[in-house]
Amino acid sequence: MHKLTNKLKGNKLAQIILLVLYVLVTSLSLYLAQASVTAFLLMLFSLLILYYTELPDRLKWVIAGVVLIGVIPFVSSTGPGYQSYMEVATVVGIYVAMALGLNIVVGLAGLLDLGFVAFFAIGAYTYGIFATGQAANFMPFGNFPLSGESFWIFILIGCFVAALFGVLLGIPVLRVKGDYLAIVTLGFGEIIRIVFNNLDKPVNITNGAMGLASVKPPEIFGYQFVYPNQFYFIVLGILLFVILAVRRFEYSKIGRSWKAVRENEIAAQSMGIHLVRTKLLAFAIGASFSGMMGVVFAAKQTFVDPTSFTLLESITILVMVILGGMGSVPGVILGAAVITILNLQVLTEVTNYLNQLSLDGVISFPEALAPAKMQRFIFGAILIIFAIYRPQGLIPAKNPVFDEESLKEGSKKHRKEQITVEPDKGFQA
Amino acid sequence: MSILTVSNLTKQFGGLVAVNSVDITVEKGSITAVIGPNGAGKTTFFNLITGVYQPDNGNVQLGSTSLIGKKPHDIARQGIARTFQNIRLFSNVTVLENVMTGLHKQLKAGLVGTLFQTKTVREEEKRAQEEAYHWLEYVGLAKHLNEDAKNLSYGAQRRLEIARALATKPKLLLLDEPAAGMNPRETRELTEFIHRMREDLDVTIVLIEHDMKLVMEISEQIFVLDHGVKIAEGKPAEIRNNVKVIEAYLGKSAVTPA
Ligand SMILES: Nc1ncnc2c1ncn2[C@@H]1O[C@H](COP(=O)(O)OP(=O)(O)OP(=O)(O)O)[C@@H](O)[C@H]1O
Ligand SMILES: [Mg+2]
Repeated sequence: MHKLTNKLKGNKLAQIILLVLYVLVTSLSLYLAQASVTAFLLMLFSLLILYYTELPDRLKWVIAGVVLIGVIPFVSSTGPGYQSYMEVATVVGIYVAMALGLNIVVGLAGLLDLGFVAFFAIGAYTYGIFATGQAANFMPFGNFPLSGESFWIFILIGCFVAALFGVLLGIPVLRVKGDYLAIVTLGFGEIIRIVFNNLDKPVNITNGAMGLASVKPPEIFGYQFVYPNQFYFIVLGILLFVILAVRRFEYSKIGRSWKAVRENEIAAQSMGIHLVRTKLLAFAIGASFSGMMGVVFAAKQTFVDPTSFTLLESITILVMVILGGMGSVPGVILGAAVITILNLQVLTEVTNYLNQLSLDGVISFPEALAPAKMQRFIFGAILIIFAIYRPQGLIPAKNPVFDEESLKEGSKKHRKEQITVEPDKGFQA
Repeated sequence: MSILTVSNLTKQFGGLVAVNSVDITVEKGSITAVIGPNGAGKTTFFNLITGVYQPDNGNVQLGSTSLIGKKPHDIARQGIARTFQNIRLFSNVTVLENVMTGLHKQLKAGLVGTLFQTKTVREEEKRAQEEAYHWLEYVGLAKHLNEDAKNLSYGAQRRLEIARALATKPKLLLLDEPAAGMNPRETRELTEFIHRMREDLDVTIVLIEHDMKLVMEISEQIFVLDHGVKIAEGKPAEIRNNVKVIEAYLGKSAVTPA
């Protein structure tokens, strides 16, 4: 086995061939199988394999695009499980975007936020209120519900409203640090949920615990988005933007100031970094991703109520980040995928299987021990195991590698500009 | 011409007066040392200048601007950079990026520019990398550019802190015990290096140091603190023979023959 991986290392052609073979085999099995969860998971697994190949980045993106846009929707479209696969893939996408948002706050800026789902809720309600008749209760003008065509603008609005709340929350909350910050954000998350739960009087804005029903589905040129396989592409589009944005922020002045604040606040300030502004920016950008996905979520479910935004959701997103690897974009994507699939597919499948067994009288199995009900236990266990054995996560964060030769060339300019003495005479390492 | 003027500076921690009515003037382009026994208030003095603590009383002026009430990042933008006694690097970040963080205040890239990776932003980023690399060459750490800062040796970490501070293009550079933990050879190199910085760069240097050989060799002016009070100031030769200073370091019995 070891020999094999060694041989593969450096041999790009072999890697491509293997990858294509793998995709072909899993596609075929998914295509032929009737609703096989395993085949679907193996199919998704190809993206992870792709990540570990040594192909140029551009090629990886192209391949990932082909698999995500073409192969996966196509090969799963034949079986009866089509919509449920697409549902899973869509939800994975939503969580990936949120986890990437939280990763900015926790992983890059080092601010532990336990109420992150609040921004998701804000996005969802922003669209939910205006895409149902609800807004007519308090808006003096306008015709509600807004048409499904407004959805596209609402993605932007959701993004900005969530970012705004990120800042509003940040201003008071960022006075405290560390564990206290975690507790305050936890409180904030709950407050938002409870406010939404109670904001049906004196003016009925959120319709309280009843929630908002029949949210208008997105629409463009008369084409309506109702099914998961349609939402899949919306989510994919937003996700592409989010990943691009995260990567660009991370390796920029902004990303460096986040990391500086995370590593050492006092030193960061002594470099001229504005502490509060830097943290607020992390909160705002992280929140904005959640806000966008909140809008999509509301449209996809066509129903919004406060029970979707509990503390457990915040914790789930945090577990994704920690499991995947704090500060690591590929890690967080993997973490979000693993946890979502675990939640949606594996746990329910195992529960069904056990139920079947106990129905058949093979084993007697108490309802209370159903794996689907043990999320908290399982997340807790994952956190502990990772904290002990792999604190850096599944795919640890990597620092960028700079090309020394090109920098050496470039630095000569600076030498002429600022310094007269040869630099080599200084310290000798 | 003086670049830093501190007058009547006072800071209390509860009942302890860590810095007590201190007056200090630093000449532009000079190398100045602040010395004193452990707990004398030297680091607190630096923290007051850089805005980490707010003084209870007194004034700090850089050139003609008062720094009182300003936040640390503002003071950094005014042109004061520092290193820390207990090294404060960005440990899990590469050596090059540590120095690039020092360039923070010179970079213009905004949110939108970063998101769309405009040509200006890309070029600025490239220039920042080159400039940071240049500072690494200057302190002799160029070949470590891609390592995490935490993996550097102790001496190298201190140099990296200096490189990072220099990248901010300071008018005034404060070094808090730069030779602490260095072996004699490294200390010698450091002494030379501090001289060179002053020659090459338009910077005034104030340093806290316990290594008397270094202090006497390098500084033009020395201030001595003891229990928060400035007990002496002068040229190295004057300080060496100052009775109060010897008393502060060695105790009264050292100067009064038994
Ligand atoms: N944040 C603080 N809270 C309370 N007391 C403090 C604080 N910072 C410093 N002190 C106290 O102030 C006094 C001066 O400390 P300071 O660190 O300035 O000394 P120093 O001259 O730098 O000493 P050393 O040579 O050991 O570094 C000490 O008695 C110290 O315990
Ligand atoms: Mg000190």
